[in-house]
Amino acid sequence: MTRIKAPGLFFALAFAGLAMFSGSGAVSAQTIKIGVVSTFSGPAANFGEYSVKAMQLYEKLHASELPAGVKIELLVRDDGGPNPDKAKQLAQELIVRDKVQILAGAGFTPNAMAIAPLATQAKTPFLILNAGASVVTTKSPYIARFSFTMAQSAAPLGSWAAKKYKTAFTLVADYGPGVDSETAFTSAYSASGGTIVGSVRVPPMTLEYAPFLQRVKDAKPDVLMVFVPAGKTATGLMKGFVDLGLKDAGIKLVGPGDIVPDEELANMDDGAIGVTTVYHYSAWADRPANKAFVEAWQKEYGTSTQTNTFAVSGWDAMDAIFQIIKAGNGVVDGDKAMEVLKSYKDANSPRGAISIDPETRDIVQNEYLREVRKVDGKLENIELETIATALKDPVKDQMKK
Amino acid sequence: MNPVSDLAASLISIGFYGISYAMILYVISVGLSITMGMMGFVNLAHGVFAMAGGFVLSICLARYGIPFPLALAAAFLSVSVASVALERGLYARFYGAGELTQVLFSIGLIYVAIALARLEFGTQAAPIMLPDYLKGQVKILGHDFPTYRLFVIVFGFAIAFALWIAIEKTRFGAFVRAAVDNRAMAQSIGIDTRRLFTLTFALGSGMAALGGALGADVLAPQWNYPLEHLVYFLIVVSVGGFGSLHGPFVAALLIGIADTLGKYWFPEFGAFLIYAATIGLLLWRPHGLFGACS
Amino acid sequence: MTAEARSAQAGYAGATRYRWYEAVPFIVAIGFYFAMPDYLSLGSRILIFVLFALSLDLVLGFGGIVTLGHSAFLGTGAYVAGFIGAYSPVSDPIIQLLGAVLAAGLVGFLTGCIILRTKGLTVIMLTLAFAAILLELANKASAITGGTDGLSGIQVAPIFGRFEFDLYGQTGYLYCLGVLLVAWYLVRRLVHSPFGTSLTGIRDNASRMHAIGAPVYWRLVAAYSISAAIAGAAGALLTQINQLVGLDVLGFEPSGEVVVMLILGGVGQIYGAFLGPAVFLVLQDALAKQFPEFWYLGIGIGLLFVVWYAPTGLIGLISRVARRWGRP
Repeated sequence: MTRIKAPGLFFALAFAGLAMFSGSGAVSAQTIKIGVVSTFSGPAANFGEYSVKAMQLYEKLHASELPAGVKIELLVRDDGGPNPDKAKQLAQELIVRDKVQILAGAGFTPNAMAIAPLATQAKTPFLILNAGASVVTTKSPYIARFSFTMAQSAAPLGSWAAKKYKTAFTLVADYGPGVDSETAFTSAYSASGGTIVGSVRVPPMTLEYAPFLQRVKDAKPDVLMVFVPAGKTATGLMKGFVDLGLKDAGIKLVGPGDIVPDEELANMDDGAIGVTTVYHYSAWADRPANKAFVEAWQKEYGTSTQTNTFAVSGWDAMDAIFQIIKAGNGVVDGDKAMEVLKSYKDANSPRGAISIDPETRDIVQNEYLREVRKVDGKLENIELETIATALKDPVKDQMKK
Repeated sequence: MNPVSDLAASLISIGFYGISYAMILYVISVGLSITMGMMGFVNLAHGVFAMAGGFVLSICLARYGIPFPLALAAAFLSVSVASVALERGLYARFYGAGELTQVLFSIGLIYVAIALARLEFGTQAAPIMLPDYLKGQVKILGHDFPTYRLFVIVFGFAIAFALWIAIEKTRFGAFVRAAVDNRAMAQSIGIDTRRLFTLTFALGSGMAALGGALGADVLAPQWNYPLEHLVYFLIVVSVGGFGSLHGPFVAALLIGIADTLGKYWFPEFGAFLIYAATIGLLLWRPHGLFGACS
Repeated sequence: MTAEARSAQAGYAGATRYRWYEAVPFIVAIGFYFAMPDYLSLGSRILIFVLFALSLDLVLGFGGIVTLGHSAFLGTGAYVAGFIGAYSPVSDPIIQLLGAVLAAGLVGFLTGCIILRTKGLTVIMLTLAFAAILLELANKASAITGGTDGLSGIQVAPIFGRFEFDLYGQTGYLYCLGVLLVAWYLVRRLVHSPFGTSLTGIRDNASRMHAIGAPVYWRLVAAYSISAAIAGAAGALLTQINQLVGLDVLGFEPSGEVVVMLILGGVGQIYGAFLGPAVFLVLQDALAKQFPEFWYLGIGIGLLFVVWYAPTGLIGLISRVARRWGRP
């Protein structure tokens, strides 16, 4: 038998290969490095893709507003989905290796929680672009959220639904955001006099909803509140809702906006018509700021792509980053940046007036009642009314009481 | 209506969904059962063919407006032909190799396939636009059944029957059975196993594509499909028994219905029941329900 | 497996003397610590996966048990270490590590007793199913595991009360290296012992081992339990480095990837478990940077290439090259 002569040799080479990737450290002092850790592969690849596209678009359109000589460099990293350890590793590398001054991203709550302690240790501002569980912002004083919280849309939805419908059933994906929206909806709905006749939590990646929906059908509620992850799971649910005859049985489908995502509507069929959601954004909103945003987006990325919640989070976050850079005149200091973020206000975001709550560093925004309608042969989320104005996260408000 | 008839109505509806789900699982997995049984090849990449079938269907329907039955046939044919090239060029080289090598090879193939699928189709699930005559509901004996699910069930049973005829009643089928039972002996009595393998592989991959296309309405074709559903295909095949035709059929029915009923009655247990049942069954019968004893 | 692959595999007792090149991986690892202080988080990840691959090598390479569910033990270790850190006052990393090792070993023993009654493809399926059940269990018991949101709030005290886990990962890296060194020593001793010899005997010809009266089943169960315990240690390290646990540690991905890493490096030769994860993770790191969305393509083609040209793994490739140089 032959003994292996030099297995360590190639091992050494493998490690030496690393050296090649460490040489990118030299960057002029006037380049602001922004690390984005989000999801660019897997079922939730939209999360990162749309946010980064919006950030790049903002940067392109507003580059002239930066102090002279200052440039922005986006370093984009893929966490592949709800992988907290991967997200943490990537964020750590961005801080330690690439020396980024600002972090952004986190499609998923667990990923945001994993990165939070790093942001604290390194005093790096961390702008949340999606993760919607209420607790996220409490995990680090360097976090500011530019997306939404689940309760922000589920609570007003519950109060609104209780006024129109007597009984409700809830069906949510069995993970943080799902449970959050179930809790917020249920308490608001019950407080306003409605009766919950049943609830079911399903695995987050469910595709075949028939058995669960049959339960709903058996319970004969007036309204079904649903939260499942956007994408093909939501599409599967919509199909089951129609196929099983729940729509024909007169059950009203409502939920936070995730069941009828703006970018997925083109792939849905007419079964989605009439679905009513509460959300902080719609691509078809007729605010001038949104029209301008959509126009710029479609000019850059083609008319077949739609703006959505991820895009608007990225857009607003980049606006805040520009304010940080302008305030520091090209220098980013963690603590000063947080002061800028805490007083951040934008009366003219594509989603209406927004601000950051100085106390909780969470987003304060309007919530809109939307309904899916067919306009010129295409499905659109039409905003019917502003159901809540300048709403803070209801969960944190309750915790204070 | 009284509670009893309500429950009966629900059960009929659930059973119906379970069977249609089972048919999708069966059509996809049967090819895997045959290739695993006959060639002894651990082809973890089988789901790639199912995904390809779904994508072909989607392209045919959405981009070119080809009628649905023709699109199904196109999915079957195109993937069969492509798989011949794969079999001749790549798979054949690893027939004699150990399980490990085959596992590594097919995982490598999955990686390449999902990367290509992503480059070509992006990250979103491909849309499936069913023709109007397969939409809506059909009323049978006072119950409403979704037309498409009914079509899937009828189609699945037809495929099972056609395969049974092909394997049990034709010369080709006799060769296949001989090769499954004893490859060396089949070869020595003059069966060209090389050609037989290629043909069977093409048939198996084609079936997977057909199943993928048929089931695309439920299991949407998306780039991570081969990994996402791998475990379910493997469960059907191993519970049914490698190299068996009716094994996967019975196993798919069992799993499809049990999964659906389990979710209806005990939604809090999730996929627990299926895995526990699989373990129990494999301990009771390590070669599956109808496995050829190896 | 080809005859060439067999002959390239070591494992039978005999040459137990330490060779100079066996120190190379550790010298490289220490060199890495000083040369690339910015890359220690990647380095720790590599070390943890080396440990994980080493545990797999024991069952797959030496015992011939093909498993696609080894993440069950990685995950058990990770969660048990996490439970100790989050719910008990014990924050000492070494105790957490030992707890994880024991728990994973126990799970390995219990499932091994069941799984190893079967053979071949059934084993693969059972390992898959057990891992899937544990994943489902962790998912459903979200009150204690945190479910999809992950388990956080894990307290990890400084090692020996002195060395705190820092942002740059220096402590974590050296800690992982230390654990790996211990595990490597144990595994090496084990495979060169009579126990290891009988294990490779079972791999190569189980019926003959039966015939000479070896307790085949119990040997395999023992190897499986020890392997599970080591995988549990890898899981505990993952928890302590990240100070959180995600559901993905129990998923199919770590199971599949570790098999790929090990086969890539070379099966049944101990050092394949060092080489495979290093190459895989470095490649992943490099490719994911340049094409953050398409690194699968690179890994996939790389795998096919290795299967095609180096069926004995990279270690086999190296030994072939070394042989050619050795005897011109």
